[in-house]
Amino acid sequence: VDVCTFEKVGIRGTNIVVLGVEKKSVAKLQDERTVRKICALDDHVCMAFAGLTADARVVINRARVECQSHKLTVEDPVTVEYITRFIATLKQKYTQSNGRRPFGISALIVGFDDDGISRLYQTDPSGTYHAWKANAIGRNAKTVREFLEKNYTEDAIASDSEAIKLAIKALLEVVQSGGKNIELAIIRRNQPLKMFSAKEVELYVTEIEKEKEEAEKKKSKKSV
Amino acid sequence: MALQDVCKWQSPDTQGPSPHLPRAGGWAVPRGCDPQTFLQIHGPRLAHGTTTLAFRFRHGVIAAADTRSSCGSYVACPASCKVIPVHQHLLGTTSGTSADCATWYRVLQRELRLRELREGQLPSVASAAKLLSAMMSQYRGLDLCVATALCGWDRSGPELFYVYSDGTRLQGDIFSVGSGSPYAYGVLDRGYRYDMSTQEAYALARCAVAHATHRDAYSGGSVDLFHVQESGWEHVSRSDACVLYMELQKLLEPEPEEDASHAHPEPATAHRAAEDRELSVGPGEMTPGDSRMPAGTETV
Repeated sequence: VDVCTFEKVGIRGTNIVVLGVEKKSVAKLQDERTVRKICALDDHVCMAFAGLTADARVVINRARVECQSHKLTVEDPVTVEYITRFIATLKQKYTQSNGRRPFGISALIVGFDDDGISRLYQTDPSGTYHAWKANAIGRNAKTVREFLEKNYTEDAIASDSEAIKLAIKALLEVVQSGGKNIELAIIRRNQPLKMFSAKEVELYVTEIEKEKEEAEKKKSKKSV
Repeated sequence: MALQDVCKWQSPDTQGPSPHLPRAGGWAVPRGCDPQTFLQIHGPRLAHGTTTLAFRFRHGVIAAADTRSSCGSYVACPASCKVIPVHQHLLGTTSGTSADCATWYRVLQRELRLRELREGQLPSVASAAKLLSAMMSQYRGLDLCVATALCGWDRSGPELFYVYSDGTRLQGDIFSVGSGSPYAYGVLDRGYRYDMSTQEAYALARCAVAHATHRDAYSGGSVDLFHVQESGWEHVSRSDACVLYMELQKLLEPEPEEDASHAHPEPATAHRAAEDRELSVGPGEMTPGDSRMPAGTETV
């Protein structure tokens, strides 16, 4: 059973939402591109999941169909809350039916609504969902969440690059071997999902390391 | 799931628009009969014939209608209301079969209210129109006759949609529906501008319906005027159609004092006074060949 419990981080910025994911190191002969943890549900919503990959596939498929059905029935794209509620309702149905087992996934759903406000929701296998400013799921979720609680400030999310750096920093707390194992996706207001290439992630990681060094130098100067 | 399949049990779909009416084709008609033909031959002669119009402009959406409900050559009700409110920011003008319109509007109200409770905000006018047309297109071919213009103000400003019971759904700036619509369109097309003032819009709407009631046998009674603004809909006035038409005709008569500004001295009501003051026409030409319509006929 392929269980994906690697770290996922979601950050809700003012003009951007960021999903960061710890990449599983693939076997030599495996094609990396087929291992995708971040999936677009529609142009303005995407999600990352932790748990049983096969279950996630079913949920994502249903969610994608629902996004289009909603557009067909009422002409407007789904709000992030709507599609989260749909996924949560779907999960709940499976906890209360005979002959079925619950979906074994937690999901982070991010996106922008028509009114331009960014949203981040988390669902769990029981079918509950909550809105978050920043959250993490996966095996080291607690550590990452503590880091986020300390470092999620209004300044930190005011600019796009700061929000991205916060997500990467949060992941670096628990991810081994640094930037190579981080996958990043962002949605900017009124723009579709953008997946970062390894090079772009590396750029941010080097920037973060530089900032860290400078901060340390300042500290040591002060203490002297 | 396995047990469900064995028992052949279907979970009711609570998400889709479900008016809880018999499904299409589920009406009780004699066996072996095509429902449409049966209804056409033996069904009740339903009420038709009306003039309704709606147009969208800078300050909202105007909806106007006559009030005559006719059943063939019998006037069933001379003072019916053909503009139905759906919610605070949405009105619908109804034309076609009165009963069908009333029913489907109640169904639409229910759907929109449920969605408002679920989503936390009212669906847009475009959504409402989509829902209505989708629900009605399921009954296509069964002689439903609902021709309606949905007038509303939502997040994207004033919106106007025309929905017909065969599923047609059109967005537009001006719509007139009913047996008197050709006459109304003539007046509307002449006088419509997106940048009209509110008073000009009221005048235009009243004028259009009045002219339609004058020529169409199935339109008459009074002229209802509604205005949907950002703050919600408002019933502006109900004026008798004959009186209105006579007043319009009076404005056309050449005045004894011919002066260049064409000020008509006689407006009895405040809104008409405002209207006349706004007009500043050049030398008084009343020839029909003029590119600008003579001032009088545009104002009420």
